[in-house]
Amino acid sequence: MKDIVSVDHLRVEFATDGGTVVGVQDVSFTIAPGETLCVVGESGSGKSVTSLSLMRLVEFGGGTITQGALNFTRADGSTLDVAAASAQVMGQVRGNEIGMIFQEPMTALNPVFTIERQLTDGLMLHKGLSQSEATERALDLLKSVRIPEPEQRLKQYPHELSGGMRQRVVIAMAMACEPKLLIADEPTTALDVTIQAEILALINRLKRENGMAVLFITHDMAVVAQMADRVVVMYQGRIVETGPVAQIFENPREDYTKALLAAVPKLGEMKGKAAPERMRLIGDEAARAAQAPRKPRTAKVLLEVKNLTTRFPVKGGILRRTMAQVHAVEDVSFTINVGETLALVGESGCGKSSCGRSILRLIEPTSGEILINGNDIRALNRPDLRRARADMQMVFQDPFASLNPYRRLRAQVAEPLQNFNLASGADLEARVLDLFDRVRLPRDFMNRFPHELSGGQRQRVAIARALALNPKLIVADEAVSALDVSVQAQVLNLMMELQEDLGLSYLFISHDMAVVERVAHQVGVMYLGRIVEIGPRAAIFDNPSHPYTRSLLSAVPIADPATRRFEGDMNFKPISSPIFPLGHQPAKSQYTQVAPGHFVLQG
Amino acid sequence: MKRFLTTKGLIGIVLLLIIAAVAIIGPMVIPPDAATAMDMTARRAPPSMRHLFGTDQLGRDMMFRVILGARTSLEIAVSAVVMSIALGLPLGLISGYFGGFVDNVLMRLVDTLLAFPALLLALTISAVLGPNIQNTIIAIGVAFTPYLARIIRGEALRVAQMPYVEAARASGTTDGMIMIRHVLPNILPAVIVQGTISLAFAILAEAGLSFLGLGTQPPAASWGLMIQASRDQLDIAPWTAVVPGLAVALTVLGLNMFGDVLRDILDPRSK
Repeated sequence: MKDIVSVDHLRVEFATDGGTVVGVQDVSFTIAPGETLCVVGESGSGKSVTSLSLMRLVEFGGGTITQGALNFTRADGSTLDVAAASAQVMGQVRGNEIGMIFQEPMTALNPVFTIERQLTDGLMLHKGLSQSEATERALDLLKSVRIPEPEQRLKQYPHELSGGMRQRVVIAMAMACEPKLLIADEPTTALDVTIQAEILALINRLKRENGMAVLFITHDMAVVAQMADRVVVMYQGRIVETGPVAQIFENPREDYTKALLAAVPKLGEMKGKAAPERMRLIGDEAARAAQAPRKPRTAKVLLEVKNLTTRFPVKGGILRRTMAQVHAVEDVSFTINVGETLALVGESGCGKSSCGRSILRLIEPTSGEILINGNDIRALNRPDLRRARADMQMVFQDPFASLNPYRRLRAQVAEPLQNFNLASGADLEARVLDLFDRVRLPRDFMNRFPHELSGGQRQRVAIARALALNPKLIVADEAVSALDVSVQAQVLNLMMELQEDLGLSYLFISHDMAVVERVAHQVGVMYLGRIVEIGPRAAIFDNPSHPYTRSLLSAVPIADPATRRFEGDMNFKPISSPIFPLGHQPAKSQYTQVAPGHFVLQG
Repeated sequence: MKRFLTTKGLIGIVLLLIIAAVAIIGPMVIPPDAATAMDMTARRAPPSMRHLFGTDQLGRDMMFRVILGARTSLEIAVSAVVMSIALGLPLGLISGYFGGFVDNVLMRLVDTLLAFPALLLALTISAVLGPNIQNTIIAIGVAFTPYLARIIRGEALRVAQMPYVEAARASGTTDGMIMIRHVLPNILPAVIVQGTISLAFAILAEAGLSFLGLGTQPPAASWGLMIQASRDQLDIAPWTAVVPGLAVALTVLGLNMFGDVLRDILDPRSK
């Protein structure tokens, strides 16, 4: 059968102030009908440039296709070289014969048009349908992407739908004209893990039913393992390796592919291991050297949180009165031992970040107790709180936003020390140097500004800054989520190393179950502001006892093409709203102990 | 450093240097009464060798008046904008950083001032204080403050929500130090841009006040006053409008170009 797409020696260049930059070069691949080709790579690898070139959208971003052919087999069987096609022909192809799904479902939909309008526009343009025919077809499309109450959805606006439903609409739009090729550019990166599972299953089903070819762009090796028939691994604008998915995962040829795979935490690979373990990265000698046997920990409680509740007012009306409350954190209790990691996992909006911020009182909790070494944080006045925070530091998700772009790194790492007059002059310099050594950053980075560093390096600076005050507890709020997988592994290893050396405790807030399995001693699963299940890591992963924990675990993609999880339709219970009217008093959290230290929320 | 001296930046700096030199040195070298001496035989004379830029309705030499006016106009405009930044920056910074009650009180104050057109406000202040250069500066400075405060507040509000501010707070940095170390440098670009635009408006505001008899008092010269005076004779003596108008335009152009360069110099990312 004729390939739908055949890309031959593609080269795309971008003209910038600093001269010509090559986006991708020498990229060749083919996609057969009914086949999913995954293009995988880290940021800057040129994977998106490749997909945008196929739509000739790359020109809108300042790129030029300077070499190569992009042959696309059209519906009538003729072959079109997209690279040489006129704007008029591309207008017929785009959205009609090639559909595209974007990463961010909110921005891919126009907020001022109803769902009906977004769906019917393309149908009337490309297929020449009348308004009523198009509406009928739109309804069919919504049914085929399994949106509940499709008739009602047609009249709604994008903001009235949840993230998962929006992405379903985007897919319905891409499918509207029954394209022969579907390009999905990181379609689930912005979504929660259960919604990701639903969307992946949906794409699989649509592919099977319509015999489309799918070009799937992603940075996530686990998603690749679940989705791909064949894989193209890209690095710095070039193809490193290409092959069937089983071969890439089981028998990678190139060192880069091997390194990439080694850096991916795989759910289930920590089974039977008592303590967290660093990842064995290729070329990272420090991690390769067998970890010194851990000193047996004497379980000493560092942080004790009792019945923590944090609510935010929802203001409305002309007088901006408080109309309702968001119950962000609801009756949460846990303890963290010295030198241990408690991971809080959950999907967006479950209150895990609010919980972390409440502990540092960066947001004020409504009620509850926070005891660190027996010292009640909530009882402190402002000057005392400021001193107490020296024991608890925070590392944030976005390494680009958590450093001040206008200050040199030396000043940013030294700032906590200066705040408490802990060091000055040569002593301060020595302390800062020591911190840079600790996080394995070259010393001359001290004089740089944040923009001169990569994401992983910035996150190391953020960790150095958090370490400056010799804290006992570090709240890591999605600290590795924004990083590329190889960098993520290095930062995780650094965090675990620091824990061993310094006896740090972490409150590790994350949405990524596979990462949590790697780093955590204890795991708390959060849902709608409450901890629904908490216990030792092994207990949570081997014997998940709350239905939510189970569905969460079943939705995690596994980086192993032999265990495909997203074949049938998947439908998870949508998360309800944590907004309640004023004065609403929810029931207290009652737990059942299913095993020593393993608690499950009742009801 | 060299990278900032783009053609655009160079033009801006050269323009400003010329204008500043004219404004400072000009009044020292030209005869003291040159700008006020009337030549009734050459009223509204077009540009010629005798009067390079022509003369106005009273036969005064336009070139000398533009040179003398530069000093008055720029002195008033620059002082007024510096004053409005001095008032508006702390107001906006505190309001945006702390938010809540403080923000509400300060911004209602600012909104009250905003409810009056800037020129009307300046007019009132100037009328109460009396017409002289100092009072004109105060009037324009106060009238421009709410606009700056509003813009700075918006920027401060944005920056105050950045994770690096939260990180600083978590590591024990006091509010005052956060505002100086973290918020201020990040809102400076907006202040610079707004400041250079305000300078242009300040030159024109001075003109408005002068026209109403409350700014610069004749026979002293200012660019604004000259533009206003040309109003009735645009058809017969267009140069009386073009010459001071061009002076204002070139100044604003120079300022904008210089402002952009200044912003780039302050931004470590552009290095």
